[in-house]
Amino acid sequence: MLERYSTAASTYAHWIDYQFLLIAVLVGFWLIVAEAVMFWLIFKFRAKDGRPTQYITGEESHLKRWITIPHLLVILCDIVIIVPAIMVWYNIKQVLPPPDETVRVIGQQWAWSFQQAGADGILDTADDIRTVGELHVKVNTTYHFELMSRDVVHSFAVPAFRLKQDALPGRIITGWFRPNRVGTYDIQCTQMCGIGHALMAGRIIVETQQDHAAWLLQNSSPALAGQQVTPGTAAAGLTMAEMRP
Amino acid sequence: MSTEVQHAEPGIFHKYFFSTDHKMIAMQYLFTGMAMALLGGFFAYAFRMQLGFPNQHVPGYGIVTPGKYNALVTMHGSVMIFWVAMPVLIAAFGNFLIPLMVGCDDMAFPRINRLSYQIFLLSALVLLSSFLVKGGPFGGAWTAYPPLSAVGAYNLTPIGATLWLLAVALEFVAFLLGGINFTVTTMNSRAPGMKMYDIPLVVWMIVLASIIFMCSAGPLIAGAVMLLFDQTMSTGFFDPTRGGDPLLWQHLFWFFGHPEVYVVLLPAMGIVAEVVAVFARKKIFGYKTVLYTTWAVGFLSFVVWAHHQFVAGIDPRMANIFSITTLLISVPITEMIFLYIATLYGGSIHLDTPMLWALGFIAEFMIGGVTGIFLGSSGTDIYLHDTYFVIAHFHYTFVPIAIIAVYAGITFWYPKMFGRMLNETLGKIHFWGTVIPFNVIFIPLFITGTAGDQRRVYSYAQFAEQSRPALQHLRTTSTIALLVMLAFQFVFLFNFFWSLRNGPSAGPNPWRSATLEWTVPSPPPHGNFAELPTVYRGPYEYGLPGLADDFLPQSVPDQAVGD
Repeated sequence: MLERYSTAASTYAHWIDYQFLLIAVLVGFWLIVAEAVMFWLIFKFRAKDGRPTQYITGEESHLKRWITIPHLLVILCDIVIIVPAIMVWYNIKQVLPPPDETVRVIGQQWAWSFQQAGADGILDTADDIRTVGELHVKVNTTYHFELMSRDVVHSFAVPAFRLKQDALPGRIITGWFRPNRVGTYDIQCTQMCGIGHALMAGRIIVETQQDHAAWLLQNSSPALAGQQVTPGTAAAGLTMAEMRP
Repeated sequence: MSTEVQHAEPGIFHKYFFSTDHKMIAMQYLFTGMAMALLGGFFAYAFRMQLGFPNQHVPGYGIVTPGKYNALVTMHGSVMIFWVAMPVLIAAFGNFLIPLMVGCDDMAFPRINRLSYQIFLLSALVLLSSFLVKGGPFGGAWTAYPPLSAVGAYNLTPIGATLWLLAVALEFVAFLLGGINFTVTTMNSRAPGMKMYDIPLVVWMIVLASIIFMCSAGPLIAGAVMLLFDQTMSTGFFDPTRGGDPLLWQHLFWFFGHPEVYVVLLPAMGIVAEVVAVFARKKIFGYKTVLYTTWAVGFLSFVVWAHHQFVAGIDPRMANIFSITTLLISVPITEMIFLYIATLYGGSIHLDTPMLWALGFIAEFMIGGVTGIFLGSSGTDIYLHDTYFVIAHFHYTFVPIAIIAVYAGITFWYPKMFGRMLNETLGKIHFWGTVIPFNVIFIPLFITGTAGDQRRVYSYAQFAEQSRPALQHLRTTSTIALLVMLAFQFVFLFNFFWSLRNGPSAGPNPWRSATLEWTVPSPPPHGNFAELPTVYRGPYEYGLPGLADDFLPQSVPDQAVGD
């Protein structure tokens, strides 16, 4: 259901989409029934001359069961929703599958920057690739991200991956994703972070193994180390003076 | 009790500005709240125009720059919750109704009551003054997460941020004073014979809301003081470089912030209960059960706050607990709604304007309720958190609460407040002109949220996936519907002020209602009751068999009923 509105490009996107569908069906059923009963009662018991009101306190057991039975069914539906919801949560946020690669994601006013291992495959060495606004990843590869912030609270969100995690200054938060579809996807900041909040966009480029290897080679020659900063999208076309309130 | 109150007619200045009369204070709160609602509506107009018609000159406002956009959404949220919903739902209705409905002459502490309004007015003025300072009003969202809110270099509105915080803290003081008054008055000043289960539901609900507010406001006031120190005295409570923790604020804020939802919901549910009982000519189905579910909601509302923080960086294991409590709270709320619907069964339903609003509340609030399940279940919240789905969801709860139920209350008690009837035709035009556009505003936003539109951004130009034309059409539709809905509010304002002089005279009990406030003249004189009433029964005795009339007022003695 969700996929009609937003592409699914990571392995856990479908878990969330199924959970969404399950909730939509269950609560949709209850909403339609409750609204239908209400409008039927409004019609059926509209004021008519000569028809007296019934005196009902709501303590009568033969009437009370019309509340009690739906009430128990609601609890049942709650359980049917909460169990898979927690399972989805558990598998996305609580347990992390072993990583193939690790990337560092840094939020700051108002850009995302990324640090990933160069040709040597090890983070924090001279050939690390640092980019701003663009993250290149391989398809069908499990990534861990180490999320941090340099200033205020940001939120690293990739709708196509169904990924969202706040970045907090002073903490490193680790999470994971596994892209399963080649393409270019938006990165958003979803936590109010100041006047450039709407400009804090980025892109994730999911590439095939070969394309990624080529990109890696192109960007990790030691002569270029520390310089490969691709043009970011932040503050594009706006000066500070224009953004001020 | 209020032994010091004098019931002589005071002078103009004392009557309108320094009154201790609960009805005058209610009017002060009501009119201040209505003025602030116009302001909050104007903010929504300005930023919705930017979203519907990006980068165009907004008539009456100008170009919405990113900084102004942030200030507009922040102020819209703050004003609508703290300066519209709270003063109107709790303070205006609480002040007006509680002494009249429990049968006493005034609040237990009339001067504290007056002080409460004065501090509230001051808080509103402090907030408004932030529009005049350098840098403009605060733009860090109504949740004011530090470090953004704590450091002027990050938010670029250092004075506005401090004024916002001061205004919120003052507003809380006002409502703490009000809450004490409501609770004490209801517990101590009831008419003889009015037992706990004879108290009308709206009074119960306002009292329980006040108790929830008083229990939850403490942590946030503490947090506000800490944040104020961080802003102005360079402390580091929320600064991670000096051992502070930004998450601490989020916990303090939401420990207040989520009960706050129920603080405004309960009075709205109370108003709807009164209106539904009167216009369906029915006793509330399971009065005691409604009350028990209210207590359950009140209790549970304190253990759900972290569902606002699933992805905020809290320990992911905590999300499971809060996800369970959040779905648990849906049980008593659902039960309450079921009971309201069941009240219609066997009734004789008159669709006057107040009843239309009350039924509209139930119908619309259910949509808000069920969409909350998507957000409360942690798995789906990962995707939906901070999207327009959240905005659509909570507007489907807050608009029924702060707009629809308030209109139900105002149209229902207007004859009592001002002694005249509102125009029915204009009332119905206003109802349909509000409810239909309301749905057209927010249903498209459910879809844009499901498509990934994030909150609080003034433009989606930087985001390829959100720049699809189909999504922009939905945003434009929503904006146009908002314009229609706002336009129809002038019908209400005209009706309200025109009927003050020209409406037909109401008489003491135009709706043939059984509660105590309808036994006194409209509007009630200073001191309310010529002779303090005695109560003989519960508040909803409609359709009793074997009576000439279809209702039995609370204050009519049994021997006078006859047969």
